Amino acid sequence: MNNWIEHANPLVPSGETAHAGSVDLLFDGLLASALLVLLLLFFLLLRFAIHYRVGNTNADRDHRIQKSWRLETAWTAATLVAFLALFVWGARLYLNLYDAPAGAETIYVIGKQWMWQVQHLGGQREINELHVAADHTVRLIMSSQDVIHSFFVPAFRVKRDVLPGTSEEIWFRPRKPGVFHLFCAEYCGTDHSRMTGRIVVMPQPDFAQWLVRQDVDGTLAAQGASLFRQFGCGGCHGSGATVRSPPLEGLYGKRVPLADGTTQIADERYLRDSILRPRAQIVAGYEPLMPSFEGKISEEEIIKIVAYLKSLGGEGAKP
Amino acid sequence: MSEARNYLTEDNSIRSWLLTTDHKRVAILYFIAITVFFFIGGAAAALIRLELLTPQGDLVTSDTYNRLFSMHGIIMVWFFLIPSIPSTLGNFIVPLMIGARDLAFPRLNLTSWYLFIAGGLTTLYAIFVGGVDTGWTFYTPFSTIYSNSHVVLAVTGVFIAGFSSILTGLNFIVTIHRLRAPGLTWYRLPLFLWSLYATSVILVLATPVLAITLLLVALDRAFGIGIFDPSRGGDPLLFQHLFWFYSHPAVYIMILPGMGVVSELIACYSRKAIFGYKFVAWSAIAIAGVGFFVWGHHMFVSGQSAFAGLVFSFMSFIVAVPSAIKVFNWTATMHKGWISYDAPMLYALGFIGLFTVGGLSGLFLACLAYDVYVTDTYFVVAHFHYIMVGGMVTAYFGGLHYWWPKITGRLYPEYWARAAAILIFFGFNMTFFPQFILGVLGMPRRYHTYPPEFQIWHVMSSTGASILAVAYALPLFYLGWSLFFGQRASANPWQTTGLEWQTPSPPPTHNFETPPEVKRKPYDFTTKGKARAQNA
Repeated sequence: MNNWIEHANPLVPSGETAHAGSVDLLFDGLLASALLVLLLLFFLLLRFAIHYRVGNTNADRDHRIQKSWRLETAWTAATLVAFLALFVWGARLYLNLYDAPAGAETIYVIGKQWMWQVQHLGGQREINELHVAADHTVRLIMSSQDVIHSFFVPAFRVKRDVLPGTSEEIWFRPRKPGVFHLFCAEYCGTDHSRMTGRIVVMPQPDFAQWLVRQDVDGTLAAQGASLFRQFGCGGCHGSGATVRSPPLEGLYGKRVPLADGTTQIADERYLRDSILRPRAQIVAGYEPLMPSFEGKISEEEIIKIVAYLKSLGGEGAKP
Repeated sequence: MSEARNYLTEDNSIRSWLLTTDHKRVAILYFIAITVFFFIGGAAAALIRLELLTPQGDLVTSDTYNRLFSMHGIIMVWFFLIPSIPSTLGNFIVPLMIGARDLAFPRLNLTSWYLFIAGGLTTLYAIFVGGVDTGWTFYTPFSTIYSNSHVVLAVTGVFIAGFSSILTGLNFIVTIHRLRAPGLTWYRLPLFLWSLYATSVILVLATPVLAITLLLVALDRAFGIGIFDPSRGGDPLLFQHLFWFYSHPAVYIMILPGMGVVSELIACYSRKAIFGYKFVAWSAIAIAGVGFFVWGHHMFVSGQSAFAGLVFSFMSFIVAVPSAIKVFNWTATMHKGWISYDAPMLYALGFIGLFTVGGLSGLFLACLAYDVYVTDTYFVVAHFHYIMVGGMVTAYFGGLHYWWPKITGRLYPEYWARAAAILIFFGFNMTFFPQFILGVLGMPRRYHTYPPEFQIWHVMSSTGASILAVAYALPLFYLGWSLFFGQRASANPWQTTGLEWQTPSPPPTHNFETPPEVKRKPYDFTTKGKARAQNA
């Protein structure tokens, strides 16, 4: 669609997603507006600076502009209109980033000093590499084990901070195979500049083969199921439980009514928050009995349990 | 000609300098202090640029590199840029400009200096015992839990210096309200005073928030109270909101005084009243006001809501409008003027060019989708150096040369001053323009090592930095020379308006022999202007 942009901008690394193409077009728009203003200003400055220099006594200095409000209104209004246009353009594209297309492949990412750890749903693990299929939308669910990091892929023109204690999302759809930089963009300590990696985009068949070739101890959900037992979650949430607790089957993606009268969609962030801070969002009609697992469970284990909960079905879950 | 007694010759014991309440002497004390800090911060920058010549990170270790850029940022922001124009030129000129004997609270003014020195020494101590590696932004939870460096000491230094800012701001506000000469109405104030007034309002309103924030960081780090620690129910993003609530307005603390200086320079060397005086004056107030509602544009990828992103992007475009108004008015001022090119005017023109490039690149960052790409890259580094170094430091040097005859009673050597101004302009562009390109190519900031494809731009930038280093050292020599050998200055060497030029250079301790009275608008060059123009 925006293929020509890659050629129009020799300076910029080629954009590898449709979004990157739109961002580059936005850059061209911003650059054109900036250059226009700059050229006009420098032309006037130079012209006045030369023509009205003290040495040039011949310059016409009569009839100076006395009333300024017309000019003031004109350039204030022009600036405002141009700025508003740029604001709207940038904002529309930005909202795109919050709106992952349906059917995206979910992959989990954990940032920690100083590496990126990747967990595929099938149980495949990677360090400082992320393999994905070309022409497939990928949705990353990211959290940090320690300080704030930032997941930055210049070729896709996307970046998102990765925070401890909560999860953030980012999505992209690479157009063609290739290998691209992955950077940590938020300063995170000693080896911040070495917290880098590669995004490997492969043709779909190659990617499918790659997935198969990896050593796996069961899918992410299967690993989550065994953690679910290990942490004793079944004691309350299982079928033979003695305590009345919210059902977890089919929960993912549903609207959950909360005790404070609001409702919350049971997405990944809600599930992880409920494990770490169960008393923050109490499900309507239930006692706040669950203890917090903050500090008792690692980021990796949370991801696996969330994957398991998603595998229990629900409106948003995929088979 | 017998030398009249002035504030410099009155009593030259060390004791009289250290206990002075004369705003002019306090200004000199600030000059000395911030010059020292400027060169310390500059030395850190020189090492950073040297390291980045090669991609491998082979000059210093990563830990040292991280300490260098943290020290560079902390020193330059809080111990050079924030006090630069207000505490030195402002301190010296404000009472003279409004025809007053001194600032409203002379002893408070000296207290500000001592607080500044106490804060500065604390921070320097933190650096000498091992340094701090958080960056000048102190982001949590890195600063509160994970950093193994002297965070508490460093934030204590900044915390103390903050009180110096607050007291200076307070002093200026009261002085400008209460001590104006008879007839000096608000709309007769030179624009430098409008700018400093706006700056002071920010100093007084924003700095306490920084103090609270840094106090929380120190408490969190020392006692684990967990305000910013998610594992204790705290929120690391809260820190960013609090920090930028101060630090974005702080950007305007750093640039507004520069805009004030440039307004004086453009009027003086164009022999014309500033075009659209009221618009320029009120745009300073508008920047100070709206500037409080844009902090979230530092956080478009931080995890704040998309709605917050929209609001802050919108406000950031709005706050750029008054800056644009100023640039247009300065340009219009030159129309049909009698323009001469003394060194201060060269600095002023350099300021307009560099500030405009910095401001326009700010639009790229205010624009949401593009910011997502270039935030935390060298694009941001280039952008704020164009504003703060290209803008503020250039204006500071312009103002320093302009008022140098008033401050010292000596003229600076014009040839050398022009050479330095031109060298600074070219050195600056060569240092920082390549950093825009690095940003657009996706190079993240605060990187000790980097992929080799970025090297060529880093080499260019470092080459520019070596020119810039020489250019910034030049004034030290020729201004130092002029202190002893410079031609003696008359009361009004530029033949310009403004009350500060109606008293001898250097001024007597009590500033004016007879209290001045003002009957005219500012920048009234109708009588004086052409005289100098035709002499030249």
